[in-house]
Order: sequence, then structure tokens, then C-alpha cells
Amino acid sequence: MSILIWMAVALIGGAGSLARFLVDGAVSSAAGHDFPFGTMAVNISGAILLGLVTGLALGDTEALLAGTAAVGSYTTFSTWMLETQRLAEERQHRKAVVNVVASLVLGVAAAAVGRLIGAQL
Amino acid sequence: MPDQAADVAMPYPSGPGAPAAAGRADSARFVLPRADRREVAAIFAGGALGTLARAALAEAFPHSATSWPWPTFGVNIVAAFLVGYFVTRLQERLPLSSYRRPLLGTGLCGGLSTFSTMQVEILKMLSAHAWGLAAGYTAASVAAGYAAIHLATAIVRRVRVRR
Repeated sequence: MSILIWMAVALIGGAGSLARFLVDGAVSSAAGHDFPFGTMAVNISGAILLGLVTGLALGDTEALLAGTAAVGSYTTFSTWMLETQRLAEERQHRKAVVNVVASLVLGVAAAAVGRLIGAQL
Repeated sequence: MPDQAADVAMPYPSGPGAPAAAGRADSARFVLPRADRREVAAIFAGGALGTLARAALAEAFPHSATSWPWPTFGVNIVAAFLVGYFVTRLQERLPLSSYRRPLLGTGLCGGLSTFSTMQVEILKMLSAHAWGLAAGYTAASVAAGYAAIHLATAIVRRVRVRR
């Protein structure tokens, strides 16, 4: 794997992280801060996109750049868990459970839909 | 320990530049978060580094659809621990900083961890009828991720605030 590809991975990863910051902020501004809708929107949309990339059955390098680097950096596990723990800490247990279960159910469903679409293309 | 996060404005991070509920009551509109060039550069640099580490591990340790995805599992749990440590320290222990949270939290931990890869891995396990593996991987990721945040937060809070 060439140095150029790894440089591209880093640049795409930086861009994906910025995209996450923007989408999270935009959704949070519209949906409010009582529930972490911003992260959920990022993660579900990312799951569709990665499902799509998976369905397209790209080559190794393309999959690394589009999947692992771009969509992988756009979505986040750490913030999702942090927000869940902070909700539970504030005794908002129901919201914490909803945040985990809804993200998982919608995430797998979104990935499945994305993969179906990708396989059709 | 009593709720030390109570004096923190937001229970969870929505980006340092997120318009904190400003003007939200009357108009629920999509507003892009404000970020100065320093924050943008910090998110970009942290995200680039985190992504590079995750991608390198994913390439170094390939796994089949029906085996435990150690690279994803590993980076997610490590990133969860780190974000719990960084964010708690930055919110409750250190003076305000404009670039540390974007660099370490939004950038590094966000880029290092991934939700989408985990979902596609679970989907592939389900497609391969590896029900037990899918359930175990999902449960272990959530349990370990949650525990990592909890542990990191507790470690930071054990250190008394020095004034």
C-alpha cells in the first residue's frame, strides 16, 4: 500500500470528522439538546452509506478510502457511548436505553437498506 | 459521587461550536455550528490521526464475516475510554480551551471509533446466520464501551480539583 493512499486516508478521515461535526451541530440545532439526535443522525446516515459501499463490492483500495476512511471517520462510537453514559448519569435511564437500542436497530436496518441499494447499482 | 456534571451546560457534546439552544424556542431550524479556523484545523488533524490508526489496524488484521472483529472492537473501546477521560477532564478539571475538545474528542476519538463499520459487521454476521456472534458482539461492544466511559470518568473525578 503506497504512502499516497495512506495520505489520502488521513485527509479523508479529517474531512469525514468535519462532516460529522457539521451534521451533528446542524441536527442538534434543529432537534434540541434534550436527546442526542445529532449523533444518531450522523450514525444512521453513515450506516446507510457504508451499507451502500459494501453493496457496491468495490476493490480493496476503493473500499479502504470510501468505507474505512470516509464513512468510518464520519460515524462515531465513542460519542454515542459518552452521550449514553451522561444520560444515565443524569438518571435519564429511559433516554439512555432508547439511544442505544434505537441506534442499533436503525443502524443495522440502515446498513441493510444501503447494501440492497448498492447491490442494485 | 453526587452529580458533578450538573453544572455542565450540556449533558453530551454537540460540538464545541454548537449553537447552544440559541434561538431554538421559536424556530427549529438547521443551523451549521460555528467554528473558527483553529477549531476546524483541530477537528481535521485529530480526525486524520484517529482514522489513520483505525485504518492501519483494519488493514493489518483482516477478519472474516463470521469471526470476532477485533480491530473495530478494539478501537471503539479504546476511543470510548479516551473520550470519557478527555471530555471529563476538559469539562470538570481543566480551564476552558478552544481547541483541545475539538482535537481530542471530536477529532481523535471520533475518527478512531466507528459506528457504521460495527453496524455493517453485525449485518454480515446476521446474513451469515451467525446469530450468537452478532448478539455477543453487539452486547460486548455496548457493555465494554459504556464501562470504559464510566471508568475513565471515575478516574478523572477521583483527582480533586486544584484551585
